[in-house]
Amino acid sequence: MEVVYITIGVSIVVAVFFFIVFIKSVKSGQYEDTHTPAVRMLFDDELVTEKKDKIKKVKSK
Amino acid sequence: MSQNNCYHCGADCGKKPIEFDERKFCCNGCKTVYEILNANELTCYYDFEASPGTIPSDIKGKYNYLETPEIIEKLLEFDDGTTSVAEFYIPSIHCSSCIWVLENLNKINNGVTTSMVNFPKKTVRITFKNSSTTLKDVVELITSIGYEPYISLDDDEGRKSTVDKTLIYQVSIAAFSFGNIMLLSFPEYFQVDEFWLEKYKHLFRYLMFVMAIPVVFYSAKDYFISAYKGLRHKILNIDVPIALGISVLFIRSSIEIMLDIGSGFFDSLAGLVFFLLLGKFFQQKTYNFLSFERDYKSYFPIAVTKINKGKEVNIAVKDIQKGDRLLIRNEELIPVDGILINGNAAINYSFVTGESLPVMKQSGDKLFAGGKQTSGAIEMEVINTIAQSYLTQLWSNDVFSKNNEKTIKNITDSISKYFTIAILLIAFFAGIFWYFYNPQMVFNVVTAVLIIACPCALALSAPFSFGNILRIFGYKKFYLRNAETIENISKIDTIIFDKTGTITSSDKAQLIYKGEDLTLKELRALKTVLRASNHPLSRTLYDFLEDEPFEESPINFEEILGKGIEATVNNLTIKLGSSSFVNAISEKTNETSIHIKINHKIKGSFTFKNSYREGTKEVFETLAKHYKLVILSGDNDGEKPYLETLLPKNTVFQFNQKPENKLNFIKKLQEKGAHVMMIGDGLNDAGALAQSNVGIAISEDVNVFSPACDAILDAKLFNKLPKFLTLSKKTISIIKASFILSFCYNLVGMSFALTGMLTPIVAAILMPLSSITIVVFVTILTNWVSKKL
Repeated sequence: MEVVYITIGVSIVVAVFFFIVFIKSVKSGQYEDTHTPAVRMLFDDELVTEKKDKIKKVKSK
Repeated sequence: MSQNNCYHCGADCGKKPIEFDERKFCCNGCKTVYEILNANELTCYYDFEASPGTIPSDIKGKYNYLETPEIIEKLLEFDDGTTSVAEFYIPSIHCSSCIWVLENLNKINNGVTTSMVNFPKKTVRITFKNSSTTLKDVVELITSIGYEPYISLDDDEGRKSTVDKTLIYQVSIAAFSFGNIMLLSFPEYFQVDEFWLEKYKHLFRYLMFVMAIPVVFYSAKDYFISAYKGLRHKILNIDVPIALGISVLFIRSSIEIMLDIGSGFFDSLAGLVFFLLLGKFFQQKTYNFLSFERDYKSYFPIAVTKINKGKEVNIAVKDIQKGDRLLIRNEELIPVDGILINGNAAINYSFVTGESLPVMKQSGDKLFAGGKQTSGAIEMEVINTIAQSYLTQLWSNDVFSKNNEKTIKNITDSISKYFTIAILLIAFFAGIFWYFYNPQMVFNVVTAVLIIACPCALALSAPFSFGNILRIFGYKKFYLRNAETIENISKIDTIIFDKTGTITSSDKAQLIYKGEDLTLKELRALKTVLRASNHPLSRTLYDFLEDEPFEESPINFEEILGKGIEATVNNLTIKLGSSSFVNAISEKTNETSIHIKINHKIKGSFTFKNSYREGTKEVFETLAKHYKLVILSGDNDGEKPYLETLLPKNTVFQFNQKPENKLNFIKKLQEKGAHVMMIGDGLNDAGALAQSNVGIAISEDVNVFSPACDAILDAKLFNKLPKFLTLSKKTISIIKASFILSFCYNLVGMSFALTGMLTPIVAAILMPLSSITIVVFVTILTNWVSKKL
């Protein structure tokens, strides 16, 4: 059953790793603005379609 | 959207919309924004939301001061010579189209590299190349598309430090440890006498010990600090028994595992700290887009134009000297007291008094700081520096310098005094009893009492009920500064109202016509004359008259500054203006009126009257049943007779009150033991708002303007005020009920502790159970009582 040392050890290392990642993301301000990125994400598509439209227009001319 | 609405801003276009590109616009400003966006292929703006725009304001020359190097330096967050970063607060950000257009600024101005919007905070951070653009260009660009940034003295004096994230770290560490300790303590709870469990339990116990250390010394440190501070001031606050409980838990658990007596209470300890911090976290509700700390500095401009030997120079407001000559452009704020030298001054003091009707001034008249010029440019000579001005002097009062120390005992602390004493007594007598009965159990029982008595549920009920009510209020547009405000509201016995702008509506003035009836032809002629005038009073009257003006322009049009207008339309000679101008006999001098004379015959006059907010009568009648009501106004008592008929009989009236008088009036009431709530709106109420127990600012636009206060109420919800007050009172009753519930849990726990039967597993079940039921109890109840809102 010495494997318990390894499993517990690994589980704690993984847990601590995720904890550090979480603290880092808080520090970087990831959770300060949760609204704008959600809206911004939708605009990426808009810009692409707009460019496509432009290309189409140029072609049709 | 109907056909006649502006494509850009959605406003009604009126009779003559401006048509461009097959679309209708209400004004040239909106059309220009459309043109800019169209030329840069940004018309997607109009796809996300229908008519998302705002009418851009006139900015000619307004941002010249952004060329001054010292000011640029203060506004920029970062500057390495080639790239600069600046963050602007833009109140008009309101929809996804706004985000889109502001983040695509680089399409309009190539100098902009990136722009990032923070929607909840209504800010945009712009990075631009110094080689191809300037700060002034960027600001003018965003203003020209309808997003005018708010640049004020506050920005000048350095930015506030970033949000304190300590609590988040503390909660996350407690949560992390709580979860892991719980897992590690499970095997022993099941008490299986297995060989491997016996072998590894020491490893598990020491791991729990290690994880509990940061919980006690980092996450829970504020409780120890607060308890220590409380004891030093001889106050037994709620943190004293909490700190006691945490330390006893930690010490007893450590001893148990070191002497190999038992598994300790580490899971209860981590759970307790986690729940307590969660309560604290829940109570902290901040409205990022609002500020409760605003003083005059937030509204005053950062720089003004000084006329120095005929040349215009931009200087910072704080550098204004006595005797300087300043140029105030249209829509600019007067930063200091001064004397009008020349120009047509129509000053809107709505920031100060709440009165939106502009006041006319003539050369030689005194101008007070805080007013906004509304018709053309004026020149003025400074007679006081900014710190000595009539209005800003108010901020030198002690009320503003004292820190918001928590002098008021809150509801939890008032109970905790008796609670702590009771626990210590119980622990003491239990110790004596067990000393004679079974001395080995003394340590066990005494620590168990202190552990189980740790008032986790008690400490949680107030934060969760307040936090929840705060959220509900915020959702209903009544924004509270913090949770303590609710408690203070429930103690109020006197409510003081400012008049202008608070119980009167500042956006629409009512006009009352007295005199001979005007014929349709005369009314139309009158409106035609008014159309030609840019005077604010003329514009208000123009909007008030519903008849249509004639097509032709008036002849012999003459506008005499500070007096009135004379013109001829369709053979009607119209003279309108002040009583002296038309030689009318004026009965009341304290009212603003426009007198009308047609074909040399006096017809009558239009008098401006404040319109009271909807529901004012009902609000006062409801409140009068429970509170003493006072009207504290800076105006003259011209409207007293009317108010007396409108409001309940026992309302007290105080007129002609200067800002300092208002403050002192409240101070005197408080000295007599009254708990005062002040409801005001302008900067002249700022002192009274700060002095009162609860200061509520009424604001037409919560994003743009509100003086420093404890709560901000959207003006449209004025009639709901009594409901908000009763709800605050109900919240306190809910908290009291939850206290009783948590005492019941303590009694159960105490019976385990006193009989020496408190095992780790009992504590591990009882503590989270009591905390969670309390949280559920108060959340459901607060939601239920606020349903009627």
